[in-house]
Amino acid sequence: MRGSVAIAGVGLAGCGEAPGWSEMEIAAAAAKNALADAGLTARDVDGIVIASTNIFMSGLALAEHLGVHPKFTESSMVGGSSFVGHLVPAMLALNAGLCDTILVAYGSNQRTGTGRAEAGRYKMALDPQPFEHPYKPFNPPSSYALATARHMHQYGTTRTQLAEIAVAARRWAQLNPEAFSREPLTVEEVLKSRMVSDPLTVRDCCLVTDGGGAYVLTRAERAKGFAKPPAYLLGVGAAHWHRQISSMPDLTVTAATESGQRAYEMAGVGPKDVDVVELYDAFTINTLLFLEDLGFCKKGEGGAFVSGGRIAPGGRLPVNTNGGGLSCVHPGMYGIFLVIEAVRQLRGEAGARQVQDAAVALAHGNGGVLSSQITAILGTQDTL
Amino acid sequence: MTAPSGPEKRYLDALAAGRFEIQKCKTCAKHVFYPRVVCPHCGAGELGWVAPSGRGTVYSTTVVRRKPADGGDYNVCLVDLAEGVRMMSRVVSIPPESVKIGMAVKARIAEGLVEFTPA
Ligand SMILES: [Zn+2]
Repeated sequence: MRGSVAIAGVGLAGCGEAPGWSEMEIAAAAAKNALADAGLTARDVDGIVIASTNIFMSGLALAEHLGVHPKFTESSMVGGSSFVGHLVPAMLALNAGLCDTILVAYGSNQRTGTGRAEAGRYKMALDPQPFEHPYKPFNPPSSYALATARHMHQYGTTRTQLAEIAVAARRWAQLNPEAFSREPLTVEEVLKSRMVSDPLTVRDCCLVTDGGGAYVLTRAERAKGFAKPPAYLLGVGAAHWHRQISSMPDLTVTAATESGQRAYEMAGVGPKDVDVVELYDAFTINTLLFLEDLGFCKKGEGGAFVSGGRIAPGGRLPVNTNGGGLSCVHPGMYGIFLVIEAVRQLRGEAGARQVQDAAVALAHGNGGVLSSQITAILGTQDTL
Repeated sequence: MTAPSGPEKRYLDALAAGRFEIQKCKTCAKHVFYPRVVCPHCGAGELGWVAPSGRGTVYSTTVVRRKPADGGDYNVCLVDLAEGVRMMSRVVSIPPESVKIGMAVKARIAEGLVEFTPA
């Protein structure tokens, strides 16, 4: 499977605020941009992939909107990791010859859309979760707060170390003209900001923005004919061990230990070979846990690892180079933006935030409450 | 499907009647929480019901910050029961920020919910 498929186009739409735009319109606008990036139109698409928290039968809706009669449709929903996870069935479908050109898209108007509080109440009525909801966790922050508190207790991780993660993300965002939050941010400001669910402050939590993204996937031999250099899928792995935080076996160890191992094995690389790292940072603890679980440092040493600007611009390991969910964009589900930033870095088109000679990129998606973990490793032509 | 209801309703009905009961697998002898149809430990087994000791330890804890006008801050935590299962709950009768990881707690039923106080 290694290197058998490649991303030929990527696109964004409506990131930040897109008042007056529906979720499907934002997804379609991102799709249009991704197809144009590959030198294609919707006429060339014969595989449709999407996930949505709100749109019923979203795969049918996207195909209908674009006028596509797909040979392959996939709309698995495993939270924010979905759009990294979609690489698995898309890769299999392309290799099996079920279709030739797959469009993966996402759109959300989480920031400016109307009726969201009402929708939240309906969702809770449909899916009561009687062993958690009665205690009123403010989710998702409270679930991640429980994991953070446990990591601090077990390993001595400090709030200052977590704040360094938020500051590193902000410093990357300052190099990205498309990022939503670009004003300066200090460790002290993170520590003093409003507490949401102890020990997480509002600056330990991701943004709430609108936004959409899309990418176009095709077989490697076809990808060479498109407008931009392809980013090859070297490896991908998925794992999940729980849905609700109360069912997570050990709050300091995620299933990324397993998804990462699978992705590294398929790609034939290890953490030392990765030039640029995109991790799903819904909360500061995510970055720390995934650095540990994906082998960039030992378990329990994440706090020390991120200190001293190691993952910030100019540091040893470039992490979340677009500014991440903490400072760039986070419209409900962030997964597709991990893949898009990885591709842009591999193409060398990331402007002031470009990581020099980036050849291997890791994009790690997280879904639910540290639940679904999906790791993808992408590489340039030279890594094949 | 011979039982009169699913295990979730069975659990909640017992709680409403003032009884805190959890499942135990008759095959692998491990306790199970939350209540299920299949034992998540051995993948098989018939699940029976037992009364836990009510003793537990706080595994992790958070304070949900809420405006005083809306009722103020409150505790949400994960408690490991002595029987080896974990549940979400809250520790009451002390300030929410005084709840600490490792604290010994004991269960009680209040308003149809299991909550804990310091042991
Ligand atoms: Zn069993």
